[in-house]
Amino acid sequence: MVITPQRNIVSRTWGTSVGKKSVMAVTGGIFLLYVVAHMIGNLKIFFGIQTFDAYSQHLREIGEAIVGYEGVLWIIRVVLLASLVLHMWAAFSLWARARKARPIGYQHRQSWQGSYAARTMRWGGVIIALFVVWHILDLTTGTVNPRGGDESAYLKLVASFDRWYVALFYVLAVVALGFHIRHGLWSAIQTFGQNSALKQNALKTFAFVVAAVITVGFAIVPLSVMTGLVR
Amino acid sequence: MKLTLRIWRQPGPDAKGKMQKYVMDDVEPDMSFLEMLDVLNEKLVLDDEDPVSFDHDCREGICGSCAMVINGTAHGPQKNTTTCQLHMRHFDDGDTIDIEPWRARAFPVVKDLVTDRSAFDEIIKAGGYISVNTGSAPEAHAIPVDKVSADDAFDAATCIGCGACVAACPNGSSMLFTAAKVTHLGLLPQGQPERATRAINMLAKQDELDFGGCTNVGACHEVCPKGIPLASIAQLNHDVLGATLTGARSD
Repeated sequence: MVITPQRNIVSRTWGTSVGKKSVMAVTGGIFLLYVVAHMIGNLKIFFGIQTFDAYSQHLREIGEAIVGYEGVLWIIRVVLLASLVLHMWAAFSLWARARKARPIGYQHRQSWQGSYAARTMRWGGVIIALFVVWHILDLTTGTVNPRGGDESAYLKLVASFDRWYVALFYVLAVVALGFHIRHGLWSAIQTFGQNSALKQNALKTFAFVVAAVITVGFAIVPLSVMTGLVR
Repeated sequence: MKLTLRIWRQPGPDAKGKMQKYVMDDVEPDMSFLEMLDVLNEKLVLDDEDPVSFDHDCREGICGSCAMVINGTAHGPQKNTTTCQLHMRHFDDGDTIDIEPWRARAFPVVKDLVTDRSAFDEIIKAGGYISVNTGSAPEAHAIPVDKVSADDAFDAATCIGCGACVAACPNGSSMLFTAAKVTHLGLLPQGQPERATRAINMLAKQDELDFGGCTNVGACHEVCPKGIPLASIAQLNHDVLGATLTGARSD
């Protein structure tokens, strides 16, 4: 009897298009959980500078006795970064596969069948990635923030969104995020094989509601600064 | 009806192709799309020109031969309809109609609108079968099948393998086709012995043949003449991931 060596689970998964999609679904799920937590944190802006800055400080002190100051934060950052690498690696690999699959396109412009959000996933993802870079430079490191690095999180946020173009960019980015989640969440459920003809509309509605809540939950902060509700 | 057709003309697999314009003056609204092309071809033959090559066979919507992208939509504007069952009354007098072949690396153009779709046969060979003993057919009711599985399997089994899903997919993926086969066979008791390996082998073959990966856009379902549900792709994903986790192998 011939025994062929069995490929391990990593190469079995990464070696197929569906496997790569499942990696994107898992890492996307990690991002989604993070984004929800981030949004809930952001909304503390409406409870004033003390609450918001205390929350910001608390994030650095969670589990300090075990993992040290900012320990939990750094663990989250490492997990997010690893997820980002895998998510983008799989995405670019599938993007390249798609380009290769149709070397000659159609003369007549393709009518847009299927979901709009689905067709904006790739460029939408690139926009979100660029936004995250700006966002970290602005509100985490303070490099491009008018108030620099060491101010209170509340003051940095207000100073940043006092520039209307920054606030607008932020709103556009979270709209892109909303589109990404609207398709991504449903698509992840489909990738895990949990869709059915009966459930499909309900799942798509669920993904839409989650995306809408997250978009509004994020966009309301810069809009409140722009309108002077938060200052 | 007066129509202007712009048709992809390509003399051979390696030749350069281009859109060529033809004016049709006397199109009857009751003609099928293929009959309209027959009329054009008769005229071309009389004029000593090369007729437009296109695939067709049953002309009743079940063989999956008639493959053409009409105004950017595989099988044209009418939902759940193959090109042969599409009638000219769905177009207006004076319309310009663009007609192109399926576009995918795995479906190379042979001539004009004819593409080589044997890549689908390769995917079927990789796992689109069940193992049965030869001899007389077993009693049909010997194995009970629940109603829901029988219905879902039948819905998937209506796939005629026309390739419209690939043609419409922005990723050039054959996922809906493969999913239809995996769902059709995997939901029935007779398909269980090969269920895990079928899913991974058919997907591996599809990947190997340079079809794109699925991003759940749903364009495939929109153009599918048989309305194969998008959820059948979830069934394929389910079986593939299950087989990946358990390490199913066929050798």
